[in-house]
Amino acid sequence: MNTKTSDRMGYWRANVRVIWICLAIWALVSYGFAIILRPLLSGIKIGGTDLGFWFAQQGSILVFIVLIFFYAARMNKIDRDYGVEE
Amino acid sequence: MSQYSLNLIFIGLSFALYIGIAIWARAGSTSEFYAANRSVGPVMNGMATAADWMSAASFISMAGLIAFTGYDNSTYLMGWTGGYVLLALLLAPYLRKFGKFTVPEFIGERFYSRTARIIAVVCLLIISITYVIGQMTGVGVTFSRYLEVSNSTGLWIGAALVFVYAVLGGMKGITYTQVAQYLVLIVAYTIPAVFIALNLTGHVLPQTGLFGSLNGGGEKFLTTLDRVVTDLGFTSYTGHHKSTLDMVLFTLALMIGTAGLPHVIIRFFTVPRVADARKSAGWALVFIALLYTVAPAVGSMSRFNLTTTMWPGAATGETFSQPAVSLEDIENSDQLGWMRNWQVTGLLNWEDKNGDGLIQHYNDAATDGPAAEMAASQGLQGNELTTVNNDIMVLANPEIANLPGWVIAIVAAGGLAAALSTAAGLLLAISGAVSHDLVKGAFNPNISEKGELLAARISMAVSILVATLLGLNPPGFAAQTVALAFGLAASSIFPVLMMGIFSKRINQQGAIWGMVAGIVSTLIYVFIYKGWFFIAGTNMLEDNAANWLFGISPASFGVIGAIINFGVAYLVSNATEEPPVEVQELVESIRVPQGASGATAMH
Repeated sequence: MNTKTSDRMGYWRANVRVIWICLAIWALVSYGFAIILRPLLSGIKIGGTDLGFWFAQQGSILVFIVLIFFYAARMNKIDRDYGVEE
Repeated sequence: MSQYSLNLIFIGLSFALYIGIAIWARAGSTSEFYAANRSVGPVMNGMATAADWMSAASFISMAGLIAFTGYDNSTYLMGWTGGYVLLALLLAPYLRKFGKFTVPEFIGERFYSRTARIIAVVCLLIISITYVIGQMTGVGVTFSRYLEVSNSTGLWIGAALVFVYAVLGGMKGITYTQVAQYLVLIVAYTIPAVFIALNLTGHVLPQTGLFGSLNGGGEKFLTTLDRVVTDLGFTSYTGHHKSTLDMVLFTLALMIGTAGLPHVIIRFFTVPRVADARKSAGWALVFIALLYTVAPAVGSMSRFNLTTTMWPGAATGETFSQPAVSLEDIENSDQLGWMRNWQVTGLLNWEDKNGDGLIQHYNDAATDGPAAEMAASQGLQGNELTTVNNDIMVLANPEIANLPGWVIAIVAAGGLAAALSTAAGLLLAISGAVSHDLVKGAFNPNISEKGELLAARISMAVSILVATLLGLNPPGFAAQTVALAFGLAASSIFPVLMMGIFSKRINQQGAIWGMVAGIVSTLIYVFIYKGWFFIAGTNMLEDNAANWLFGISPASFGVIGAIINFGVAYLVSNATEEPPVEVQELVESIRVPQGASGATAMH
C-alpha cells in the first residue's frame, strides 16, 4: 500500500478509459452490426446471407474473446506502469 | 454390440472418471471447499467455468431454439457469451481482489449491512434453485432415454453421483470434475457436428460449413435452406422477423443476467491472482465459443436434414419435386428407425390426417404461397408432423444423419456431463450462501472452521435432496422460471455489484432500496403476463407482443429492472449520508490488484 493517492486516481482513470473503449466495441458488434445496423450492411454478402447474420451467429462471439484478452493484456501493462501489480 | 451396451459403457466410464477425481480432490478446509484454495490456474478455471456455465439448456436445447427460428434467436448466442465481457471488465477482477468466498458476503461488507446481505442471499437462492430444477430434470430425461431406466431412477443415480464429488470435494472436487466434464461434453457436441458439416457441405469446420455450399449442387447452404423453409410456409431462416427493440433488450438481459449469476461469479474466486481473473474469463469464453459457434451450424443443418427427411425433393432445393415421405417408410424403413425411437418419448409425433399415406410437414398457418397451394392441391387437413420438440435437434442429430452407435453413446454422456456440471456449480453456490452467509454470517459468527465445513457439507447434502425432489416433481412453471432467474440476476445482483465497485457514493440505503425496486418491478412485470407466482390463469394480460409495455417481453424486462435498480440506488444514496470512511477505503483497495493474496489474512 505504498502507492500515492494521485497515482491511484490516475490508475483508476486509465482502467475506466480502457473499459469504455472495450464496451463501445462490444456494443457495436453485437447490438450494432448484428441487429440494428444489419440492414445497412446487407449489401456485404457472406455465404448465402449477409455480414450482419455472420456477426450475429459467429463474429460477435469471436470479437468478445479478443476484447477480453486485449483488456487483460492492457491492464497488465497499466498495472506495471502504475506499480500496482501483485 | 447393441446401442444399449454402448450407452452403458460410455456413461459408466465417464462416471468412473468423475468419482476417481472426487476421491483424489477431497477438500480439507473451508478455503478448499469454497474456493479450491485459490490455486486453480486461469486456463483450467476457464474450462471449469465453461462446464459450469453450459447447462443442459446450452447442450441440448440451444441448437433447437436456433433451428426453428433462425436469425431471430441469435440473441441466445450473443447474450450468453457477451456477459463474459461484462464479467471480465466490470466484476471478476475486483471481486477476486476482495478475496472472500460468496457474492452476498461482498454485498454485506461493501454496503456494511446485514439486511443487504440477506436480500442478496434470497435472490441467490431463488436464482440458483430455479436453475438447478432444470438441470435435474435434464439428468432424468437423458437417463430414461439412453439407459431405459425410469425417470426417477435416473434422477437418483445422478443425485448420488453429484453427492459424492460435491459433498466430498466442495469447490476443489467440483472444479476438477468440471474440467473432465467439459472435455466429455465438447467432444460429444463436436463429433456429430463435424460429420454433418462434412456430409452436407464438405467442410470439416461446422463454423465455415454454415456459410459454405451444398455438396454437389453448388448453391450456398443457407440460400437453399431459406428457400426450402419458405416453400413450406415458414419464415425465412436468415431473415429478421421479430421486433428490433425486443431483440436488443433480450440480448442485453441475457448478458447482464449472465454476469450476475452467482454460480458463475464464484468461479473467479478460485484463481491465484487478479490478473488471472481477467485472463480466466477470456479462457472461459474460448471454451464456451467452441460450442457456441458450432451450435448455429448444428441448428441449421439439423433443420435442413429434418426437412429433407420429410420432403426428399428438398435435398436438391426443389421442395415439392418429389412427394412427401410415406407413412409406410416411417413405420418400416431402417433409415427412419430414429423417428420410431423418438416417438416413444413423446418428443416427436406424426399423424396422417387426410389418409393419403404421406406425412406432409408444412406450416398450416400460411394462407398463401407454395405451401398453401400444395396443401390445397393435395387436400391436406393440416400439418402432419404434429410434434417436433426443440431438444430432438441435438439428441437425435447423430441418428438422423446415420452416424455410428458410439457417437450416439458419446452424445448421451455429453448431455449428462453438461447437466451434472452445472448442477454441481449451482449446489455449491447454494450451500455457500446457506453455510457462510446465513449460518456463519447471520446466526453464529463464532462457528469454528471445522464446524463451518461440516455446515457447508450438510447444506450441500440438503440442497441435493431438495433439488432431486423438485426434479422428480417439477413445478409446472419450471420452464418459465428460467427467464425469471436471468431477470432477477440482471435486476438485482449485477447492478448492486457494479455500483459497489464503480461508485464510492452508493451507500447502504441506496443498495437496499435499489435491489428491492429492481426485484419488485421485474417480478411484477413477469407476473402480470405469466400469472401471479406462475399460477395458471392469474395473469392480468395476455402474454403477447400487443400487450407488452413498449413491446418489451417479460423475459427482456430484467434490463428495465436493472435501470430502475441503478436509478433508485443513485437517488436514495444522494439523499442520505456518505458511506463510512473504512468502506470508501475498501472500495479503493479492491480497485487495485496489489495485495490480493494478503486480503484474506487482513480480515
